[in-house]
Amino acid sequence: MNHRAVPIERGETRLAWLLVAPAVAVILLVSLVPIAVTAWEALHAHDLRLPWLGRPFIGAGNFMEAASDPRFGAALVHTVAFALISVPLELMLGLALAVMMHSAVRGRAFIRVSALLPWAIPTVVAALLWRFMFEAQTGILAASFQTFGLVGPAFDWFVHPLAAWVPIIAADVWKTTPFVAILLLAGLQTIDPALGEAARIDGASPAREFLTITLPLLAPALVVAAAFRMLDALRLFDLAYVITGGGPGTATEPLSLYAFIALMQRLRFGYGSALSVIVFLLTFAFALVWVRALGRSLSGARS
Amino acid sequence: MKARPEAVVPAAAGALLLAASLFPIYWMVASSLTPESRLFESRPLLPTAVTFEHYRALFDERDFLVPIRNSLLVSGLTTIVAVPVAALCAYALARLRMRGKGLLLAFVLAVSMFPQISIVPPLYLILRELRLLNTYPGLVLPYLTFSMPLAIWLLTGFFRQLPRDLEEAAMLDGATRMRTLRDVVLPLAAPGVASTAILTFLYCWNEFLFALSFTLGPDRYTVPVAIMLFRGRYQVPWGEVLAATVLATIPVALLVLACQRRIVAGLTVGATKG
Repeated sequence: MNHRAVPIERGETRLAWLLVAPAVAVILLVSLVPIAVTAWEALHAHDLRLPWLGRPFIGAGNFMEAASDPRFGAALVHTVAFALISVPLELMLGLALAVMMHSAVRGRAFIRVSALLPWAIPTVVAALLWRFMFEAQTGILAASFQTFGLVGPAFDWFVHPLAAWVPIIAADVWKTTPFVAILLLAGLQTIDPALGEAARIDGASPAREFLTITLPLLAPALVVAAAFRMLDALRLFDLAYVITGGGPGTATEPLSLYAFIALMQRLRFGYGSALSVIVFLLTFAFALVWVRALGRSLSGARS
Repeated sequence: MKARPEAVVPAAAGALLLAASLFPIYWMVASSLTPESRLFESRPLLPTAVTFEHYRALFDERDFLVPIRNSLLVSGLTTIVAVPVAALCAYALARLRMRGKGLLLAFVLAVSMFPQISIVPPLYLILRELRLLNTYPGLVLPYLTFSMPLAIWLLTGFFRQLPRDLEEAAMLDGATRMRTLRDVVLPLAAPGVASTAILTFLYCWNEFLFALSFTLGPDRYTVPVAIMLFRGRYQVPWGEVLAATVLATIPVALLVLACQRRIVAGLTVGATKG
């Protein structure tokens, strides 16, 4: 057998590359080459409204402009703050939902469907729906807040620079908590129930059992869910675009939206590309850290 | 028997969470059936008057079938292109011996995390150059940027979960790798392939930024873009907008109802990786 093993393996490797090639070619063509082009474009002054100026190379000029652009600084703060507020909320609520789904005896299918629906509906639909519910005076949530005296009469959520974030964050939490819950539920199902029983026999309270057994064993799933959500939150676009349009003024404008406006409305492709590169670097730096951590945990699991 | 408090509290919290999950959807449907004149006054939670006027206006005055057709076409085409190509790649990544597999998988995952905005500028310029702006291929190509890595990632997870014995038996009987893939692996992996196709379709159906950037007119708008652009500058025709959101949700809701298990399988395989 040994003398045949080598050619088979060589043939297998060749086949593997053949199978992988089309997909890799597509990814190179539609993702990697464009990223490189964006980076190159970011080093030029390129205004589609002023084609006669051409496309002169200006080095880091666009990035220098961003560094001194207060609107960029604000957008960066908005993006990071949004991620840091909405993701922990989603993790906490998702954990609660997961525990509930895990312990449900009856109606599992119903629970699963009702959890999946918000996750599956288009983000634009979710955004419009939450805009509608927060619409001044007439929106059911805006009206409820008034009825309970939490806000003054005639309070307009979309005029106040901080309040305008509430519908955005609420929509994001509503839409993505089920996703977190499903990831965490998968994690919960891998935990051996015998561990919990043993703890209960030893007289541990449910709270203690949760803190000392469930939570530590769930940590890997929590890390994965947190990473997925962070990466998604850092590229926030749809919700802000639809719910507030970045307003009032630019009070709710995240980086992706500012880049989009620079590109598609002002047609400043050089500067817009530089902003896009910054969004890319921001998420990529985060992803790199995470993939390394994930790789470590996977190789740990294999050995 | 008295209900124990540690069982009652989670159940109550759970019921609350479910209600919070479902209520906005209920409210969307109920409001879309409410006459425009009553939409902006405080009204009871249960509708008192039902009208299909908004839905009628959607088709008679706005030709909402066009964006629905566009969305179905673009999402369907992308799924049909992405899933088979991804399946070949995923099989190699899951089963065959090759160097740099881990690296390739990490690469695929990294690409799937690309912020969409970062490839909008070159794609716009390239599509403009190729005269593909405002065309179906001009959306399918950009959609491959997220659907291809997504499908590879999911399918690799599914292929890894399959038992190896049958494949090995087929190969001992003299079947080639490709025949094994076609006759043994793919039938076994059919549920996983279905999950992948469903998720790919959903992501395409819901996509907004590319469709907003690369379509120029109502003849090629997808559903999310069309609904978004209903909004006038100063006044939102909420009745019609809500009716449109309900229609945009129906295919998604049907998929969720029919394939809830598959979707959960897809989501978890994507995150935990076999």
